[in-house]
Amino acid sequence: MKRRQFVRRSGLASLAALLGTEIVYGANLPEGLPLLGLQDPDPFKLFDKDPGMTVLNDKPWNIEAKAHLLDDAITPNKFMFIRNNGKIPEGIDLNTWSLTIDGEAVQAPKTYSLEALKSRFPRYTYQLTLECGGNGRSEFNPPAKGNQWTVGAVSCATWTGVRLRDILEDVGITDEAVYIGYHAADTHLSGAPELEPISRGVPIAKALQDETLVAFQMNGKDIPLAHGFPLRLVAGGWPASASGKWLNRLSVRNIVHDGEKMTGSSYRVPCEPVAPGEKVANEDMCIIESMPVKSLITYPKTGATLPLGKALNFRGHAWAGELTVKSMEYSIDFGATWQGCSVKAPANRLAWQRFQGSAQFPKKGYYELWVRATDSQGNAQPMVLPG
Amino acid sequence: MSDKHSFEKSFREVRTMMRMIVLLFLAISGVLLFVLFDPDLSSFQSARPASVVNVQDSLDQGLVDADYDAIENGIHLRTGFVEAEGLMTVVNNCTNCHSAKLVTQNRMTREGWEATIRWMQETQKLWDLGNNEAIILDYLAANYAPEDTGRRANLADIEWYVLEESSD
Repeated sequence: MKRRQFVRRSGLASLAALLGTEIVYGANLPEGLPLLGLQDPDPFKLFDKDPGMTVLNDKPWNIEAKAHLLDDAITPNKFMFIRNNGKIPEGIDLNTWSLTIDGEAVQAPKTYSLEALKSRFPRYTYQLTLECGGNGRSEFNPPAKGNQWTVGAVSCATWTGVRLRDILEDVGITDEAVYIGYHAADTHLSGAPELEPISRGVPIAKALQDETLVAFQMNGKDIPLAHGFPLRLVAGGWPASASGKWLNRLSVRNIVHDGEKMTGSSYRVPCEPVAPGEKVANEDMCIIESMPVKSLITYPKTGATLPLGKALNFRGHAWAGELTVKSMEYSIDFGATWQGCSVKAPANRLAWQRFQGSAQFPKKGYYELWVRATDSQGNAQPMVLPG
Repeated sequence: MSDKHSFEKSFREVRTMMRMIVLLFLAISGVLLFVLFDPDLSSFQSARPASVVNVQDSLDQGLVDADYDAIENGIHLRTGFVEAEGLMTVVNNCTNCHSAKLVTQNRMTREGWEATIRWMQETQKLWDLGNNEAIILDYLAANYAPEDTGRRANLADIEWYVLEESSD
């Protein structure tokens, strides 16, 4: 990032020096001349991702992991899914980047530089589960519209930043506050400057939680460009689209935020149970808040063969949005019988939990190992996708 | 009037020229800086050779018109679309803003595709498709229709391997 900026600046500077004048159209350059890095045809090098990741879409970039790539307790960047609604911003300047807090429910708008955010408020680090609201969509029947995520649009990295609550207390919000909505530097696919690719948010109660961060680090380093550099809202346990990347403005609203992808069928589900594929009126759709209970076997990779009599040690992660996973079970007979296995406490609230177990097989043959998690309110994973 | 036009014309010419000069200088300073940082061009040698070859391939495709819209095994190589009536109308209208992958990974009925087009027109700046709309809808409904797959498809493409004991 820095080196590319350096290249561009020195290019301008040398030309300016030669002509002895200001480059009038210098400011227009990024428009017709994308950063060299973003032209790289290899997304794995471009975003520093493992070659085993699956590219679902290259305009905009959408990339997911496979189950066995998510075995780490803390997801490294190389295995973290990328979900974009628009174009990744270019030419980010840390010196001029700022975060403005505005909206109907602030006493007065206030703007912070990156430096001010980092120095004025205490820092916190949490491991937070971020799962795309559409993760698992590929199994829906009839099919759901959009990127056909299988199982790999989930991650649990550590995020470091300041509490949104501390910022909002410093700004001063009124009793009218209902929701916060983010605004960011990514740009619309159509190129229309007045359109935002996405502008979502969370209710004020979620915004004020300890773990809701305005983050500037992921896994102890600057947030990678594709994941929101230099600033990202992180609201763990909710659809990851609530965690706005490239954050530059937060509006404290006196209504449920009505930004792009907050309405219609975006990140909303029928409020009441409906038949698969049934058309649902706009007013009967509800915003997805806490994500439902789920688990994923990350070891061994699908396709394992082993000698008869040998136990299969397996493990993975389970998570339950705002809740915790209280028990895990596994089945080797398509759900006819279930046995318990162990599940650890999360590293902190809203982090996924490690489960592990060992399965014995009675005779030679083809088996599928299934696991199911049950959350702290007794909800278990359904055996079929209720699509 | 004509004075104004000729002024605008020369202004545009100067602007174009300025942009060309700036681009040229950027390219030269880019190369110079690259050589400065990496005099033996080692980053070209260590990188995965396969992707270098790919870059060349795609450049070739762009330069040679005949290959640009090449079709192999019924697939339009540049986009991944199925070769069928209406292909180029779809390519020309549906890949300007987003990747063809956003289309080819989806399955919808004709009504579903039409609703998606309306949504793009109402909110995403898609233009009026005119007579092309029927061609596009026919193509999509015929080639990207939903299949009734049942509750859970069987696992597919399993790569069987012998499991060695894990270290973790």
